[in-house]
Amino acid sequence: MQKKVIFRGRLLPIALLAPQLAVTFVFFFWPAGQAIYQSLLREDAFGLSREFVGLENFQEVLSDPTWLNAALNTVVFSGCVAALALGLALFLAVQADKSLRGATVYRSLLIWPYAVAPAVAAVLWLFLFQPEVGMIGRGLRAVGIPWDYRLNGTHAMVLVVIAAVWKQLAYNFIFFLAGLQSIPASVLEAAAIDGARPARRFWTIIFPLLSPTTFFLLVVNLTYAFFETFGIIHALTNGGPAKATETLIYKVYVDGVENLNLGQSAAQSVILMIIVIALTAIQFRAVEKKVHY
Amino acid sequence: MRRRYLAAGALALASLAAPFSARAQQPVEIQFWHGLNQPLGGMLEQLATDFNATQNQYKVVPSFRGSYAETVVSAIAAFRSNSAPHIVQMFEVGTGTMINAGRAIKPLHEIIAETGVAIDPKDFIGPVAGYYAAADGRMMAMPFNSSTSITYYNRDMFQRAGLDPNAFPATWQGVEEAARKLKAAGVACPMTTSWPSWIMVEQVLAIHNVPLASRSNGFEGLNTELNLANPILTRHLTNLANWQKEGLFRYGGRDTAAEALFPTGECAISFMSSGSQARVRREARFNWGVAMLPYYEGVAGAPRNSIIGGAALWTMNRGPNGQRSREELRGVAEFFRYISSPAVMAKWHQDTGYVPITRSAYEATKAAGYYQQNPGADVPIEQMLRGGDPTPNTRGIRLGGFIEIRNIIQEEMEKTFQGQQTPEQALQNANTRGNQVLRNFERTNRNN
Repeated sequence: MQKKVIFRGRLLPIALLAPQLAVTFVFFFWPAGQAIYQSLLREDAFGLSREFVGLENFQEVLSDPTWLNAALNTVVFSGCVAALALGLALFLAVQADKSLRGATVYRSLLIWPYAVAPAVAAVLWLFLFQPEVGMIGRGLRAVGIPWDYRLNGTHAMVLVVIAAVWKQLAYNFIFFLAGLQSIPASVLEAAAIDGARPARRFWTIIFPLLSPTTFFLLVVNLTYAFFETFGIIHALTNGGPAKATETLIYKVYVDGVENLNLGQSAAQSVILMIIVIALTAIQFRAVEKKVHY
Repeated sequence: MRRRYLAAGALALASLAAPFSARAQQPVEIQFWHGLNQPLGGMLEQLATDFNATQNQYKVVPSFRGSYAETVVSAIAAFRSNSAPHIVQMFEVGTGTMINAGRAIKPLHEIIAETGVAIDPKDFIGPVAGYYAAADGRMMAMPFNSSTSITYYNRDMFQRAGLDPNAFPATWQGVEEAARKLKAAGVACPMTTSWPSWIMVEQVLAIHNVPLASRSNGFEGLNTELNLANPILTRHLTNLANWQKEGLFRYGGRDTAAEALFPTGECAISFMSSGSQARVRREARFNWGVAMLPYYEGVAGAPRNSIIGGAALWTMNRGPNGQRSREELRGVAEFFRYISSPAVMAKWHQDTGYVPITRSAYEATKAAGYYQQNPGADVPIEQMLRGGDPTPNTRGIRLGGFIEIRNIIQEEMEKTFQGQQTPEQALQNANTRGNQVLRNFERTNRNN
């Protein structure tokens, strides 16, 4: 069934691919190469003196307790964000897929948060959870919970997870909704006639048929939690208190941009690149086998 | 009708003439990157506009580059690609990094010597000049918006707690007592602080004349070591931790995060930058006062002057191999002379709450009766002149990588307030981690 387009020459396909290749080269291979080069050097901020140090930066990063702390935070943070964002989005999509009055409005409202910039999302949550002026923050204190994300590391982690999940929810929702709508109604009706209750219909029919979508979203969400949550963490907690919300990507920023330690920052981003490449490869090899397309 | 045509014609002629005269003498452009947001940024840019209007040889082009840290990073990146701005505003913690930047910067004393523009470094207030001078006393950067930290207190709450609203206790012992009375009177947050490292570590050390680091706080060389695990800091951090447990002190976050706690009326006492007065004036709906930072009674030699915060103006070379022309340096120097002239500096000081950086601006403000009309406006400057000339411990801090060290100190303080470690452990950990930063900096900057 596959259509194959066959070009006669070589020039045309290369020319057609060139823009994409150029973009990949300029925005991926070149900076990645620069990062690898930087990670082998030790230099002052102004680039006036440099010293080739081999793998010393990597050695220092990997034996640095603060880096290990950031790695652990990243695992906790990404795990929570991916699980919650996927779970909640699926729940909402299933609810929105029912025939409801005003379903379109409901759906549109759920999609809105995706249009909000991460930093703005963070500020919105800040207004809610700020212990002195935030509505929820004050409420929590009023019922006797000593809510203070500025000093309590767990509270800070909860806050950044909530903000990051909320931001990603809309994206997941759209994909799940599209996935649900492409499930043929006849299959579900047949199951219903056979006496399958809604819960059973969901787990035996809907969920397996959604698995390609879920798998795709899992990859996207993990990448999101790894890289794109920088703005949220930056605006909400700055990685604090006492590094409780410092993830790997945030540490790259702190060491490179704030502390001007370019070599170690580059080494960290190279490690991060390796982790993400490995993670994606594992996902595609192991998880994909179990996915029903 | 005819008159309108005439007016239009005149306008057209004028607009034709304008580019003509500009072409006749193209002003030298001086790029000036700063990190002040509104309303301070607007006031700063107004200074540049005013300067441009006083002459037509030079044109200072100010440009806002985000926070101080972001401004620094973009200036460094620009330097590496040979397009650095002429002037960059750098916050005080970055001083060590800039002074050791070798040929990336053009020291102020060289600019004065080469251009002959009359800027008198002796007119700078002691602690301001000291912070930006090399070990031999020659000025490296142009001081500009310097602040110091002071005490803000809620007079209404003091009244309610039966305390004298017109006299803030001078010592920490007195502050502790006052905080207890405030708590007894039902104040939920008797005391907080912004800038935990700057105010509760760096200032405490300076006021008690104790070094933060060896080699005169790093002024004498890069081979300096931190001295955080000392008796006075241990005492102070122990007190803060105990006060926090007792409900007398609330940790409000890093940098300026705790600032909002005071004008909202949540906390009765707050230690903040003197530059925050404009905000408090605008937002506070109660009677408030300012006072000098407290000290521990019975410590020999205390209290000394507090150290400064804020930022200075650094002149940068264009890139690793790009020098500035004589004309460009002259333009920079003329601009510096303009902003430090008594009238301009006095106005800047009064409008913003930053301290006057020159004695002449201070005298001019005093002579104009400003401090009598605005009681408390002279607290920052008086506090900076307290105890006579600065000692090697109170001159300032000259540590490479100090931005990172400050964050380390704040992290270890946070762990103490979380109850994860004792104050002794916190100071010891901060010392060890900070020394590692100093060694890294020494290694990469040895040859500059």
